[in-house]
Amino acid sequence: MSTPTDREIIDDISHAFDEPAAVAGLRARLAQRAAADGLLDVAYRTMDSPAGPLLLAATPAGLVRVAFDRENHDAVLVELAGAVSPRILRSPRGVDDVARQLDEYFAGRRRVFDVAVDLRLAKGFRRAVLEHLREIPYGATESYTDVASAVGNPKAVRAAGSACATNPVPLVVPCHRVVRHDGTYGQYRGGPEVKHALLTLESAG
Amino acid sequence: MRGLEPFETVVSEHGPVVMRVCRALLGPADADDAWSETFLAALRAYPELRPGSNVRGWLVTIAHRKAIDQLRARARRPEPAADLSERLIGAQVGAEPADTDLRGALAGLPDKARLAVVYRYLADLPYAEVAALLECSQAAARRNAADGIARLRERYQKDEV
Repeated sequence: MSTPTDREIIDDISHAFDEPAAVAGLRARLAQRAAADGLLDVAYRTMDSPAGPLLLAATPAGLVRVAFDRENHDAVLVELAGAVSPRILRSPRGVDDVARQLDEYFAGRRRVFDVAVDLRLAKGFRRAVLEHLREIPYGATESYTDVASAVGNPKAVRAAGSACATNPVPLVVPCHRVVRHDGTYGQYRGGPEVKHALLTLESAG
Repeated sequence: MRGLEPFETVVSEHGPVVMRVCRALLGPADADDAWSETFLAALRAYPELRPGSNVRGWLVTIAHRKAIDQLRARARRPEPAADLSERLIGAQVGAEPADTDLRGALAGLPDKARLAVVYRYLADLPYAEVAALLECSQAAARRNAADGIARLRERYQKDEV
């Protein structure tokens, strides 16, 4: 055998200290300790659903973001790092319970979400719209005009539409229950076919 | 302007390297604690980090300080101080004998050479940063790293005899 090169020696040494299994375990513990020390500003997880893979993110105040696959989960996390805090870790805190409730909802076994919601990503009028959306019951729909009137600005139909379109916590804050005046579905963050499927699910219940 | 990445991304990208460094500095028994303390301290300070900073260098610097803290605490413990090298090699379930031998070889290096090899090659830091960590000149850091690799090579050759 010939004398090893520097690179071979370095690779061997690096390999001798690698410990992927230990790192995986420590990452889970890090998230727990971060939460206990008040350093976990955003916890997140992903889940599979009939609407495709979902990203769920929560602050200590509540669920702050639900994102569909088409929004690109990595990009959404980068946005949250800027808009909320870069102290973001994968952790079950505040999101496992939401995932369970969403599973029940998609299975037709839940009509109301019992979830704390943090609406900090929506300001002013948009936030008022979201607060109102939470009051639209399962199986019911309103038009964008109804929503604009309900928040005290009947002329702001278009703004009501964009508040729904930028809802940071779709599904849990049911912007899918707002449809166009003519009865067609209108835009949806998860795509029009998902909006259709949700309304079909709710009308069956 | 590009902001800071989510901390989860930092852990994914650099967690394995920091683990390697902690194990090489402290051995498997204390490496887990040093890794956890490093990332907890990093998470605490993270929002203040300037976007675009060299994150790996920053993390390894924190790990270096945590390792020194641990070594000092260990020195104060009323146990036979002697066996740093034994701890560094460590007992590890399922470890390959060749790996154990290499860990032993690294542990047997003089301190400066060992640290220079760890920071230059296991952490892949430039000599400027290695020098800052070792509190020596870049030239000295280079010499120490080269000396370390040369001694490790001798060890290989000895094995073949």
